[in-house]
Amino acid sequence: MSLVTADNLEKTYQIGEITVKAIRGVNFSIEPASFVSFVGPSGSGKSTLLNMIGCLDPPTGGYLQVAGQDIANMNRKQAARFRGEHIGFVFQDFNLIPVLTVFENVEYPLLMVQNWPEQKRKKQVNDLLEAVGMGDQAIKYPSQISGGQKQRTAVARALVTNAKLVLADEPTANLDGETASRIINLMKKMRDELDTTFIFSTHDPRVMRNAEIIFTLEDGRLQKQNNNGGAHA
Amino acid sequence: MLNIIKIAARNLRRYQRRTILTSALITLGVVAVLLYISVTGSFKDMMVGQITDSMIGHLQIHRRGYLASIDNLPLNRNLNEHQVAKVKKILSNVDAVESFSMRIKLGAMFSNFTETTNIRLNAVIPEQEVKTVPLLPDRIIEGQKKDVLLQKGEILIPELISKGMKVKVGDSIVLVANNKDGSVNGKTFTVSGVLEGISGPGGRDGVIHLDDARELLRIDGVEISEIAIRLKSMDDLPPVFSRLKAEIASIKDKQDKPVFELHTWEKLTPFYNIAKMIDLMTFFIKVMLVSIVLVSIMNVMIMAVYERINEIGTISAIGTLPGKIMALFVTEGFLLGVLGTVVGTIISLISIAAVNAAEITFNFGRQSDLLLAPVIVYGDVITIGLIVIGISVLASLQPAFKAARMDPITALRHV
Repeated sequence: MSLVTADNLEKTYQIGEITVKAIRGVNFSIEPASFVSFVGPSGSGKSTLLNMIGCLDPPTGGYLQVAGQDIANMNRKQAARFRGEHIGFVFQDFNLIPVLTVFENVEYPLLMVQNWPEQKRKKQVNDLLEAVGMGDQAIKYPSQISGGQKQRTAVARALVTNAKLVLADEPTANLDGETASRIINLMKKMRDELDTTFIFSTHDPRVMRNAEIIFTLEDGRLQKQNNNGGAHA
Repeated sequence: MLNIIKIAARNLRRYQRRTILTSALITLGVVAVLLYISVTGSFKDMMVGQITDSMIGHLQIHRRGYLASIDNLPLNRNLNEHQVAKVKKILSNVDAVESFSMRIKLGAMFSNFTETTNIRLNAVIPEQEVKTVPLLPDRIIEGQKKDVLLQKGEILIPELISKGMKVKVGDSIVLVANNKDGSVNGKTFTVSGVLEGISGPGGRDGVIHLDDARELLRIDGVEISEIAIRLKSMDDLPPVFSRLKAEIASIKDKQDKPVFELHTWEKLTPFYNIAKMIDLMTFFIKVMLVSIVLVSIMNVMIMAVYERINEIGTISAIGTLPGKIMALFVTEGFLLGVLGTVVGTIISLISIAAVNAAEITFNFGRQSDLLLAPVIVYGDVITIGLIVIGISVLASLQPAFKAARMDPITALRHV
């Protein structure tokens, strides 16, 4: 069963008297444990699509199912719960909470969203920090670590709840080439170990090279798919 | 909840200077209010104590209608022997009553053999009177304070008459009075002391022995104008008043109307209005404190939300429920309030202790060297603390609600 299924998906914004069709009748499905990239020029609808898959922005037309659930009609609270349970996020600007340490940032979703018991929670956080190579940086604050380390921490935070799906919006945009490659390799490794599906929006050719499926968007329409297995359009 | 408190506390520490400034403002407000309450409270208590303990007692019982015509000192509205016995019996059954004093209030002509003036007098049984108004002997500014307030044949005269009539301690004077039938009688007294005048009714009255008044007014048997009552504790006033009022009201005359009337000190002195004004001023000072807290917390929390829009977007995106986001910001406001209150209370208590240790004296009207002794009761400290913390939470609600309602996408795009 597909993890993400979109059928004639649409998103329309009303800006004053102007109607903007950001996504125009998109169809695709993504299987579990895929490494998928949405690419396209600015304004093509990549981020909008990712926001809809991430239950941050509801579709205005068509059908979108994520982890077996129709997400079109969720209210704010239901959407927040769904994100907390099933989806992890990696942001371009890392978006770590500055007043929390690396350990606490990764721990945050287990503590404030899922309420895991202490022992289990600490083990899970330590395991993930080790897995992303941040075990020795656990007590540092975001201001004390490099960009690459911040993004590793963000990846650990996205995976800590055993999310089935991680959405990464331009995850390498603020990283140098070498660090970006390490982050992509790390995410691929985590996908292999945990069977988590990673979906990116990106301009970065390094990310595109590593993606197993690439969806190309233009003017809100799905133009092309390079399919190396795991997804169907 | 502990985690929310931890994160909120760290956020406050993140914006250290702003947190310190806001807390300092709240601290200043708390200190100002607690010091004001303690100082005005001590003034009020001192004034109330002066009036009740040196003049009128905590409660007074009269014959019905006496108080309405008290300016005329009517002798035909005195309580008779039978009525006095009934009141005595009722009062002796109330444990909260410390003592009571029987008084005849009268007006007389005061003569120093060369000049004559009017004088208002309280005729008392000295032992009863000193127990009921224990500060009365302290008002004797001339003349030796003896074990007994005064003997038969002696008079304590008010300061104004002493000065105006040039009468000193040891001088003989004559009092001439009409009794209730209109006949006139006179009696010679020796001035045994001069009483300091204080504000309020009875504050410029002279004092003579009850037996002398009966002789002067040719009263046979027992006749009493008023019974002043002292309670063991001022806190007992409301329940004792209710109980006595009920018991006294049950005693009716032939027309089935109550024989007695009972009044608290508040009804007997205009100072009560001043006390009420002090309470009103305290209320407005509290309103000012509330405004300070409200504006400063609201301002700081609006800033906190504005500066952390992107962070709000992040925690919202990763699944934090709106209620928890709201709780996070409300807790920040709560902690600011707690910080300001705790520091403010500590500074206030130290300041109050310092003022007491310094033994500052001041003059009030004709009274000098009054000791400024501010006291603060725990109830006031707790009330102020709860008000400040409550307002802090209230002021955080709107910014916190705004944060909780924020659209995660818009918040994440915010730079």
